[in-house]
Amino acid sequence: MRTPVSWIREYADLPADLSSDDLARRLTALGLKLEALERPGAEVRGPLVVGRVLTMEPEKQKNGKTINWCTVDVGDANGTGEPQGIVCGAHNFAPGDLVVVVLPGGVLPGPHGSDAVEISARKTYGHVSAGMICSAHELRIGEDQSGIIVLPPDAGRPGDDARPVLGLEEEVIEFEINPDRSYALSLRGVAREAAMAFDATYTDPCLRDVPPANDEGYPVRVEDPVGCPVFVARTVTGFDPSAPTPEWLARRVRLAGMRPISLAVDVTNYVMLETGRPIHGYDGDKLQGSIVVRRATAGERLTTLDGTDRALSPEDLVVCDDSGVIGLGGVMGGETTEMSDATSTVVIEAAHWDPVAMFRTGKRHRLTSEAGKRNERGVDPTICEVAAERVAELLTTYGGGSVSPGVTVVGTPPAPEPIRISARLPEQVAGFPIPTADTERCLRAVGATIQRDADGDPGDSLTVTPPPWRPDLTDPYDLVEEVVRIVGYDKVPSLVPLPPVGRGLTREQRLRRRIGRTLASLGCVEVVSFPFVGEDTFDALGLPDDDVLRHTVRLSNPLSAERPLYTTTLIPGILDAAARNLGRGAPGVSLFETGTVAFPADRGPAPVYGVDWRPTEAELEKLFEAIPVQPLYLAAVLSGEREPAGWWGGGRAADWSDAIDLVRQLGRELGLEVEVRQASRMPWHPSRCAEVLVDGEEFGHAGELHPRVCQAYGVPRGTAALEVDLDFLMNRAVDVPRAPTYSHQPLAKEDVALVVEDGVTAADVEEALRSGAGELLESVRLFDVYTGPQVGDGKKSLAFALRFRAPDRTLTEAETGAAGGAAVAAAAAAVGAVQR
Amino acid sequence: MSGPNSEYDPVEVTPLQAEQVAAMREEALAAIAAAQDLDQLKRARLEHAGDRSPLALANREIGALPPQARKEAGQRVGQARGAVNAALAERTAVLEAEAEEGMLVEETVDVTLPTGRRGRGSRHPITLMSDYIADLFVAMGWEVAEGPVLEAEWLNFDALNLGPDHPARTMQDTFWTEPADDHLVLRTHTSPVQARTMLERTPPIYVICPGRVFRTDEYDATHSPMFHQVEGLVIDEGITMAHLKGTLDHFAEQMFGTGITTRFRPSYFPFTEPSAEVDLVCFVCRGEAGAVEECRTCKGEGWIEWGGCGVVNPRVLAACGIDSERYRGFAFGMGIDRSLMFRTGAEDLRALFEGDVRFSSGFGTEW
Repeated sequence: MRTPVSWIREYADLPADLSSDDLARRLTALGLKLEALERPGAEVRGPLVVGRVLTMEPEKQKNGKTINWCTVDVGDANGTGEPQGIVCGAHNFAPGDLVVVVLPGGVLPGPHGSDAVEISARKTYGHVSAGMICSAHELRIGEDQSGIIVLPPDAGRPGDDARPVLGLEEEVIEFEINPDRSYALSLRGVAREAAMAFDATYTDPCLRDVPPANDEGYPVRVEDPVGCPVFVARTVTGFDPSAPTPEWLARRVRLAGMRPISLAVDVTNYVMLETGRPIHGYDGDKLQGSIVVRRATAGERLTTLDGTDRALSPEDLVVCDDSGVIGLGGVMGGETTEMSDATSTVVIEAAHWDPVAMFRTGKRHRLTSEAGKRNERGVDPTICEVAAERVAELLTTYGGGSVSPGVTVVGTPPAPEPIRISARLPEQVAGFPIPTADTERCLRAVGATIQRDADGDPGDSLTVTPPPWRPDLTDPYDLVEEVVRIVGYDKVPSLVPLPPVGRGLTREQRLRRRIGRTLASLGCVEVVSFPFVGEDTFDALGLPDDDVLRHTVRLSNPLSAERPLYTTTLIPGILDAAARNLGRGAPGVSLFETGTVAFPADRGPAPVYGVDWRPTEAELEKLFEAIPVQPLYLAAVLSGEREPAGWWGGGRAADWSDAIDLVRQLGRELGLEVEVRQASRMPWHPSRCAEVLVDGEEFGHAGELHPRVCQAYGVPRGTAALEVDLDFLMNRAVDVPRAPTYSHQPLAKEDVALVVEDGVTAADVEEALRSGAGELLESVRLFDVYTGPQVGDGKKSLAFALRFRAPDRTLTEAETGAAGGAAVAAAAAAVGAVQR
Repeated sequence: MSGPNSEYDPVEVTPLQAEQVAAMREEALAAIAAAQDLDQLKRARLEHAGDRSPLALANREIGALPPQARKEAGQRVGQARGAVNAALAERTAVLEAEAEEGMLVEETVDVTLPTGRRGRGSRHPITLMSDYIADLFVAMGWEVAEGPVLEAEWLNFDALNLGPDHPARTMQDTFWTEPADDHLVLRTHTSPVQARTMLERTPPIYVICPGRVFRTDEYDATHSPMFHQVEGLVIDEGITMAHLKGTLDHFAEQMFGTGITTRFRPSYFPFTEPSAEVDLVCFVCRGEAGAVEECRTCKGEGWIEWGGCGVVNPRVLAACGIDSERYRGFAFGMGIDRSLMFRTGAEDLRALFEGDVRFSSGFGTEW
C-alpha cells in the first residue's frame, strides 16, 4: 500500500516536525511494515517547469520513426519568454496541452542503475532541441513509459515550477500490509494508525452525511444476501465524459501507484484508496433494466474488463441486468457496461461482498485486482453509502452533471460480534503487567467499544465490540495482539523458560549423525539435491518400464514440466552433482547424500477434517495412512580418481569395490555384518552389481554403474555407486555392543591357496573355510587372486590367510595344521576347491 | 696363562709395580679417548680391557704375590680396570649417540612434500547447522521432532488455522500432488511437525522441528523451491511472550554472538496470535552509530529479518486436542539456509544445492 505522507496528514494531525522516517518507523513497530520510503523525483535537479505545447509538426525520419518538432511556451523560465523548440518522440499529446519540460541545465536520473543525465541544448533530427518533454518514467515517478505526462488544464501556468504540480516534493511510504489488516489498505486506516501512534487528532474521512435511502434509486434486487449483504447504488446524470481529472486527484492516484485514466475511473480509484471500499461504475446508458445480484448458473460466461472471456462457476457471485451477467461481483466488471469516453450517466455501485466468495472467485479465475484484494480480506460494511456519496460528489464537482435524488440501499451491514475477554488476559499472554486501564485505552484506540460486565468484578471481564472495519478481530487473542502491539512489543521482557528434563536426541537422530560422520570419514562429501525427476530420468537410469521406482508421487504444479515427479531414488541427483564437479575440473569425486524418497501410499485421498476439535485416533490413522511412504535412503557416487598419483607412487580410480566397501564399513560402524551377493539391477553394470544384505534381507545395491548410465550422465565409465535403505540399517543397528573378550595367547598362521572354478565366488569359498576351520579360527582374509596358465582356463586361485588362536594355550603345529586341513576339506566339499 | 709365581721374588713382579699399572691405565684411557667410532672403540676395548689386555694379564699375576702384597696390588689393578671400564662405557654412549645422530640425519625427508593420498570427506553445512541448532536446544532440555516432507494438506494448513478459504494460503506457494484432490502437499513449512507433535504428545511440550520445506519459488541467489527451516514449539502452563523473547534472544546469541539479540514487530500468521516478525541486531554493524549508516548487510537499518513467531493460536490447540484454558504456547520459525548464509558469509543460496565439493568440503564434519 503506497501512501503519500501529505494524504496521511490530511486525516491525522501529526506534529509538523515529524519526519517521514520517524513516521514509517513508528508504524512499522505497530505492524504496518515499511517496505520503502520514496521521494519520487528527488533526483531531478534544475529547471523543471510546466509548458504549454504551441505547435507540433510530425517529421518522418529515415529510421522509420516519426518525431514531433514542437514549440513549447515555458513562460519566462527560459529567460527569454520565447517559445522553446523541443524534439519529442511521444505522440500522446496535442497543441494546447500542458506538459512537463526539463530545460537545459536540468539533471534527470539516469536509466536504472546508471549515472544522472544532464540536459543541454543539442542538435538532433535536424533541429536544436532545447530541453525535453518528460514522461513519468524519465522522472522516476512511475513506470509508465507509453508517453509523456499530459497535465490537467488546471495544473498551472507555463513557466511554473512543475515539482509541486507533480508531487515531487511528496514523500510516499509504501507499507507491506498483512492479510489480517485489510483496514490498512486505505488512507483512512493508515491515518488512523498514524494518529494513534502519535496521539494526534484523527478525522475519519468516512464521517460524512449521506441522504437517506429511498425508492427512487436505480432498481436493484439482491437474490443472495449472504454473498452480498449490502448493495448501494447512486446515479449521476449529465456527466461530461471528457472532463479532465483535477491534478491533485490524478497526482494522489499516481503517487499511490495507480495510473490515472479518466475522471470517472480515477474518482472510483481515489475513493477506494481513501476509504478502502472498492467501487464499481457502470455506464448507465448501457444498463438494461434492474440490477440483480445472484450466483452464476452453470454455462454462463462473462468477458471481464481485462478482455478475458470467462466460464462462470455456480459459486461465483455475479451482477446481472436484463442482458445477462454484466460483472463478477466485487472482483471485476464486465465489458458490456464499461464506462467509455461517451459515458454521461454513471451508475455507482458500492457493495459489501462475502470475503470467502471473493477469495474463491479470485482464485478460480486467477484474478487479482485492487478491488478483489480488499474485498477478499474484508472491508468495513458500513461505509457503502458514504463511499457512493463521495464518488457522486467528486464526479459532479469535476465532471459536471448532477446526482440523481434516488438512493438505492439493499440490505443492512452485518454487526460485529462482541468478544468477552478477561482484562488480565493481555498481561498473562504478554508476560509483563498491563493495567486494565491501558487495555481499555488501546482497544478504544483501534475503534472498539467496551462494556464492563455489570455482574462481575469491575474491570475483570470486558465485553469488547470491535469496530466494523476490523473483521479480523473475532477472538480474545486477537484483542490481546492489539493491546500488546500498541503498548509496544519492545516492552516484552526476555525470560528463558525452564522445560522439564529432556530425553536428548532420539536413537534415530544419533544414528543419522553417525552415518554421516562415517561416510565423511571414508572420504565422501555430503551433497543436498532437489528431489524432482522426470520420466526421462528413469530412462537415463535404464529402468525397465515396470520397475517399482517408476511408480512415483506426481506433482500437479511442478516448477519444471520436465521434472514433475518426486524421486524414488537419490542416484540421479547425486550423479548430476558428480558430473558437475567433474565438468568443472575435479579429477575425481566421492559424494554421498541422505534423504527421503517417496512411494505412493495408494490408499486414496487424504481426508481433510475440521479444525474446531481434534480428529479421533481412527481418523488420524486414516490420515497418516494416505501419506506416501517416505523411507530414508543413502546414496553415494564414486567417480574418477579415488586416490591421486604422487611421489609415493601411482594413484587409483574409484571402482565397483569402493562402493561395496562403503556399505561394509557403514555396516561395521553400526555393528552389522553386511553380506554381499552377486546381483543384476539397473542402473548398475549387470556383471558388477552386488545386492547387500543383513541377516539374509536385502537393503540395497552397490557396484559399478552401467556404461550406458555413465554415458547418459556424462561421468567416466567405471563410476561406482550405492544406494541403501537407511531405515532398514538403523532398525537393526547395534545400540550398545557387548564388550569383546580376547585371548593373550600367541597367534598361529596358516596360508592356503585354493583353485576353484571361475563361477565360484570368494564369499562362498570363505564361507566354506569358516565352516570347516572350527572354533580355533580367529580370522580369514583373502589376500590374493590369481588367474593364468598355472591354474588353467576357467579357473582361479584364491589365497587365504587363516589365523588361529586358542583362548588358553599356545597352539601346536599339529593343531593348526589339522584346523587348516579341515577348512580346506570343507572348501573342497562345498565348492570343489583344490589346494595348490 | 702363567702358572703360580713361585720362583719370583714377590717384590720383583714388574707388571704389578705402581708405575707399570699407571702406565697401562693411561695407555688404555688414551686409546679409548682416541676412538672415533664404535669400531675403533671395539678395538680399543679388546686391546685394553679384553682378556689378553695388559691389565687383565697383570690381574692374573696378583695371585703370585705373597699374601701381604696381594691387597695393595689388587687395589691398584682393580682401580685401574674400573677406570678403564668407566671410560669405555662413557665413550660408548657418546659414540652411539653420534652414530644415531648421523643415521637420523641421513634419513632426512622433505616434509613439505604433498601428503593428500586420500580425500577428506565432509558433511553438508545445512546438516551441520541443523545439528548445531538441535544441540543448542537439546542442551536446554528440548527435544527434536520430525515429520515427512510429503504431507497431508490438513496437517500443513487446516490444523494450523489455515482453512481452505484463508487468504494466507496464497502467501505460501504450494506444490500439490496429482490429483489435487488427494489433499497432499510438499510441506510449505515445518509447522505440520508441530501439529503432529501436539496430536501425539501431551504437554508440557518443548520441541524444535528442523527440516526441508518446499515452495514454488523460482531458483535464484536468494530463493529456492527447496529450503530448510527450523521451528520451535513450546506448550506449557503459564507460557508468555516473555518466554518466547528469552528463547529467541538466547538462540540468536548462540548463533551469532554475544549481544546479537532480537526485536519483535507485529505481524500475521494464522497459527499464532499475537504474531511477530523477529529481527536480529545486525551482526555486522551491531547497529552502532558510525557503522550502521554504512552497513550494506542491514542497509542502514541496524536490524536484519530473521523469522516469524508468536503465541500459539488457541484454535490450533483446539484442533490438536490441547486444553487451551490450561495451556498456552509459543512457536517460532526461521530459515536454516538463511541463518547459514549469515553465519558463514555464503552469498548465493544455489551453492548449497549444486553439490560442488569446493563449497561443501570447507565445512568439516561437526560444528
